[in-house]
Amino acid sequence: MAKSPSDSEINEAFEKLSKDAEKSGYHLNPDSGFTKDLIRSLLVNQDRYGYQACPCRLAAGKKAEDLDIICPCNYRDADVVEFNACYCGLYVSDKVVKNKLPVKSIPERRPAPEQRKNQNENAKTAQFAYPIWRCQVCGYLCAREKAPDLCPICKVSSERFELFG
Amino acid sequence: MKTTKVKGEDYGRVFLYTLSTCIWCKKTKEFLKNSNVEFEYCDVDLLDEKDQELTEREMRELNPGGGFPTIIINNNDIISGYQPEKISDVLGL
Repeated sequence: MAKSPSDSEINEAFEKLSKDAEKSGYHLNPDSGFTKDLIRSLLVNQDRYGYQACPCRLAAGKKAEDLDIICPCNYRDADVVEFNACYCGLYVSDKVVKNKLPVKSIPERRPAPEQRKNQNENAKTAQFAYPIWRCQVCGYLCAREKAPDLCPICKVSSERFELFG
Repeated sequence: MKTTKVKGEDYGRVFLYTLSTCIWCKKTKEFLKNSNVEFEYCDVDLLDEKDQELTEREMRELNPGGGFPTIIINNNDIISGYQPEKISDVLGL
């Protein structure tokens, strides 16, 4: 059983995440009770798996299989654009913040396990002078030998990049 | 599969596949409790590896999209996500 994070750990993580989100042009859910509840679950998953898997999805517990659902997940931007919130409701659109729209449960966008396996097998390879790397979280592109250690836009680590083109 | 029963009024079999960390699962459980509906749930993330795999497969057969919570009412209606209005409609709350 994963240990339960303390209120001070949750508040600390909340402050950091809020600051990082706003700096990068994202918004956390303005319902701070809801948001802190999600952050508690992220910390439970950090303790359980060693990384912050999405609290509303079933993690495999193997990092390589769960990369697409480590928060912020690969599906966040598309969900915020289409439904005004990400799958778990941690990140929301500008509209939600400005117009105080309610955040609702949305359909799952993550492909089923067999489809994910096929996607990985069909991964494209680069055909340019430099490999082109795409951040799977925010879409940032760069052409260089290796993916950056951290995405300069959304700050996720190099393992969240894929070869593109 | 390890499940937990929550006592309430009998509306037939109300079964939920849930995650212990999921906020929408938590809200659905709260909604059912507040509506005094008897239900049974399984926190899939707390099962051991083998049981988890089997349970996920079983859930995906019923709800191919695989969203949590997946709610099965009387082995007939399948509801995905936190949908209090849909649950109320099906149960006649």
